[in-house]
Formats: sequence, C-alpha cells, structure tokens
Amino acid sequence: MEPAAPPRPDSPDPIVEIRKLWSVFQMPERRLVIHKDLDLTVQRGEVLSIVGGSGSGKTVLLRQILGLERPWRGQVRIMGQPVSQLSSRGASSRIGMLFQHGALFSAFTVLENVAFPLRELKTLPRRLIVEAAMVKLQMVGLKPADADKMPSELSGGMIKRAALARALIMDPPLLLLDEPTAGLDPDSSDGFVNLLRSLHRDLALTVIMVTHDLDTLFELSTRIAVLADQRVIVNARPREVVAFRHPFVENFFLGERGQRAMELLREYPFAI
Amino acid sequence: MATPDLTPRLDPAPAAPGQAVRLLGEWTAAQFGRPNVLRQLLRTLPRGRGHQPWDLRDAALLDHVGAQLLWDHWGHRWPQQLELLPAQRAVLERVAEFTATRPRRKRASLWNLYLAFGALLLRAFDHMKGFVQLIGQLTIDLRELVRAPHQAPWRDFSGHLYRIGATALPITALVGGLIGVVLAYLTAQQLRQFGADAYIVDILGIALVRELGPMLGAILIAGRSGSAITAQIGVMRVTDELDAMRVMGISHTYRLVMPRAMALSIAMPLISAWTTVAGLIGGMIAADLSLGISPLFFVKALPDAVRVSNLVLGLSKSVVFGILIALVGCHFGLRVQPNTQSLGQGTTASVVTAITVVILVDALFAILFSNVGI
Repeated sequence: MEPAAPPRPDSPDPIVEIRKLWSVFQMPERRLVIHKDLDLTVQRGEVLSIVGGSGSGKTVLLRQILGLERPWRGQVRIMGQPVSQLSSRGASSRIGMLFQHGALFSAFTVLENVAFPLRELKTLPRRLIVEAAMVKLQMVGLKPADADKMPSELSGGMIKRAALARALIMDPPLLLLDEPTAGLDPDSSDGFVNLLRSLHRDLALTVIMVTHDLDTLFELSTRIAVLADQRVIVNARPREVVAFRHPFVENFFLGERGQRAMELLREYPFAI
Repeated sequence: MATPDLTPRLDPAPAAPGQAVRLLGEWTAAQFGRPNVLRQLLRTLPRGRGHQPWDLRDAALLDHVGAQLLWDHWGHRWPQQLELLPAQRAVLERVAEFTATRPRRKRASLWNLYLAFGALLLRAFDHMKGFVQLIGQLTIDLRELVRAPHQAPWRDFSGHLYRIGATALPITALVGGLIGVVLAYLTAQQLRQFGADAYIVDILGIALVRELGPMLGAILIAGRSGSAITAQIGVMRVTDELDAMRVMGISHTYRLVMPRAMALSIAMPLISAWTTVAGLIGGMIAADLSLGISPLFFVKALPDAVRVSNLVLGLSKSVVFGILIALVGCHFGLRVQPNTQSLGQGTTASVVTAITVVILVDALFAILFSNVGI
C-alpha cells in the first residue's frame, strides 16, 4: 500500500540508481576490488536492507550513495542526478544519514545538534529553528527536557534518536541507516524499529539500511538486497530472498540464528 | 523543459484583508534557505490573525519547517477556514502537537556566580590533589622499576626519547640560534657605548647557559611534546584504551607516565645543552659581525666568563623541567573526559600549565641559587 504522504516532486526516476559501479581500494602492494559491475535500483517508498558478509562493502555502498566516496567506475544517481554533480548546498534536504554511532557533535547540546542544518542556512529566524528542532526531537520520542543535554549524557538509544532527528530535520525523502539497532538492548532496539516504521509511514520516506540484525531486517524491510561476490546477487522481497539458492543466503538466513528470526516472518506478515 | 517556480509565495501577495490566501511553491526549509526568499515571504504574510480563509492545496510541498512557519503565524491556533490535503494536515497536526515552549534556562544570578566560583576553587584543589597523587604513584612505580628493571617498558622509553628528543633538534637549534643572534646584536649596541666590547662573552655566556638555553628548550618542548602527551593519553581515554589497560591490571602510571617522564628527564637536559650551543654559535657570529670579536677569542674567553656551576645549574634545572612537563601532560591527559570538547580543553590547559609551571620553577631556581656561579 502506498502510504499517505506529503506531495513530493514526482519524478519518474528511481530515487537511487546505481549502474555498473566499481569500488576499488588502492593498497600499496595490491588492488582491492570491493564492488564489480554492481547494479542496484531503489524505488520510492521502499525500505531496502542491504545484507552481506563483513568486508562485502555494505558501508562502502552507503558512502557511495552519500557521495563520500567516488566510484572508481560506474555511476550513482540520486533522483535522476549523478551524485558527483549534486551541490553540497541543500544536501540535508536530499538525504538524511544515521551513522552507526550517531556522530552527534559532542561540543553541542542535543537541540543545537538537531538544529545545526537549519542554522547553517543562515536565513531562518532563531525562534523558528528552535521550534522546528523541538518538533523533530519529540517526533523521534525524546522529551523536551532532553534538548539541553550534551551527547555524552545520553544513552545509546537516545543518541540514535537524536541523530535520527538531526538526519530528518529538513525532511529529506531518502534516509540511510548504518546498523540502526547495533549496540542497543532488545527493548530500545524494538522501540527504535517501531519508530522507524512509523516515520517511514508518516513521512513517506525511502529507507536504505545496512543491518546484521535479522529481527530488524524482517520487521522493517520491504526489499532485501544481498551483497556477495562483489555485486548484488539478489534484490527482492524478503520471502523471495530467503528462497534464493546461494551459499551465503542459505548460511545467513537458514542457520540457527536465521531460523529464529524467520519466526518473525510468520508473526509480521505485513512486512513482506 | 521549463522549471516551475518553486519559490514559496502567496497568491495574492500581499494578501488583502478578508480575501482567501493561497499558498504556492515549495514551503520547505531548502527553499527558505535561498537568499531573500524568507524575508520576502514574511513581508507578504497577512497581518490580521485567523480571519482569512487559507488554501494550502496548491502548495507543491509543505515540510515541517514550512508548517512551523504557518503555525507560528497563526498564533498556534487553527484558522477558522482552512482548505488542505490530508498529508498536509498530518504534517500540521504533528507540528501543532509537538510545538512546546522550551523550559527556560536558568539565568546567571549573583548566587550562581558565587557557586560557580566555589566550583572553580574546588576544581583547582582537585587538580592539585590529582597531581600530588600522580607524583606519589610514580614514586611507588619507581620502586617497582628498581626491583625488576628488566621488566620495565624500555621500548616505550626509547620510542619517546626519539620522538620527544631527536625530532625536536632542528626546531630548538633554529630558535636558539636566532635568539643568540638577537641577544648579541642588542647587547653589542649598549656595550659599544662603554667600550666594554669584550664583556659580550660574559653576558651571552651567562644568559644562555644559565637561563635562556634551558628555558627556551623547556618552553618549546612543553608546547611540542606536552600537548602531544596530553592528546595521546586523552585519545586513549576517548577510545576506552585506558580502561582496557586497567582491566588487564597494568598501571597507567607505570606503563604510560613513567616512560614519558624518564624520557623527558633525559631528553630535556640534552636539548637544553643543544639549544644553548646553538644560541652561543648564533651570538658568536653576531658578535663577530657587529663588534669584530673573533670566534676564536669568543671560544677562548668563554670558560673564564662562565663557571662550570652555571652549566650544572642549567642542566639540573632542565631535568626538573622535563619531569614537570611530562607529569603535567600526563595529568591533563588522564583527566580528559570521553568527548572531543574535553580533549581540546585538556590539551590547551596542559600546554598553558606546563609553560607557566616551567617559568614559575625557573624563578624559584633563580632565587634559591642566586649566589651560585656568578
């Protein structure tokens, strides 16, 4: 079901389109090829999870989408435009990124962190900035009293929430998550997954996430892309991915750990 | 392809009283960020509150910042007549729900200032206590070193000796040499007036060997290595390495502080001798050029002008300076809190304190040994 959403400029292009991407790291004595002719397309409104073994280049792929790394060959397009040609101005109204450890600016309070992208526009009045930041803070489930805390005073779950509020402050249509539930206890992990689900629905976000956590994977994803052999071997709905014949997929989903999480497939059929 | 006008604006603008107000364009933070867009928009917003019918349906986009702007303009109330899309209503409802007045921050009163001053004093005491503890712990660790010298961290020691000592040689030579030149030129001017040209050897010799060589070396090393020590140990705190070390039962002072203090206590007198020599060479050249005192005469006259006790005093001062710089650097490094702000503050405080302490101790030496060697 297409969620009710504020109208976005309707371009027919997929929100992220990666064509023939090569990621290569130059080492002193050898060349390390991470991605080889990798193709990936993400449509609007999807929650795409990228899974793969360690070292398969999941985080590198996120960094390519963000424009933090330049492709060695090939192209990454965001909403029809090559990433390399996008200006840094307005970047936070295009993509929000939640880094694995939050990456909150430790010298700022939570409120200053969340308001930072707005303040850097240099045109908005102070009162509006503070109010907009307070709204986002409460949308991610933080209390107004948390606004003046420093990041070092926050728990892991609160850091993720504050970082999410900062990523969403300019309502970007695309949200990238790197291990959103890593390092959280099961309770706050569940809370965070619920928050992500409701934000995805309410804000009509397209979400791309890298995760190892099978619970999160099955609860949120509408599609799963499996990275192996330096490319995306399958990009499909969870049920189809689980049925895919590949040693990595079988090991990842059908191992003991995977079996437990698969129970969720039956519990949360709407996720599929 | 013609690009549609995305500038957020009203129709009609400025809104006439009583007439319906239509929103056009993208009401988003990205649009408000463009120069002059917001100022233009605020000017055209109708003055009277809530009496106009509002029509939001033609706005291409309305994000939370745009909704916040409207909500503030409406005085945190829904207008009487409002036409909008369901999605826009959802955004506005979220803004309405979460717009809260932020708890006021406490203002600075006289009492708070008094409390802040007290906290400052307590913190200063705490620093003193920590520093004394560090010295005490180091003494205990030295006993360990004497008991089992083969188990001491000698590799660390030699590494620090190289990084703190050997790599500082070029910069200290440059600074020392230039100060020697400046000093020689300045004194040469005065001495020429009295015809006491030959005394330049005494002045340069005493000043450089006894005071300037050790001081310049110490200040340079405090800035160069004191900050590095604080930053190294501070980063180890930020990344939990200090805790990891403690869990393994290894003492911070034994493994981190002692090798640095030992390395500096050996490197510092050597560097101060090196700086002194560079200063003397600089002074010698300048004396030759300005007063015509030949380097040969300078070298011959120097042992008579400067007694050996001056050299001993200068070098033993340097040992104390070296140990102090290492201890101050380690002290501030160990007190860094695990965040970037604290790391920066700690490093700054470490350099400032190290230089201040060096100068204070130098003054102490000057008073205590005022009748030695002169």
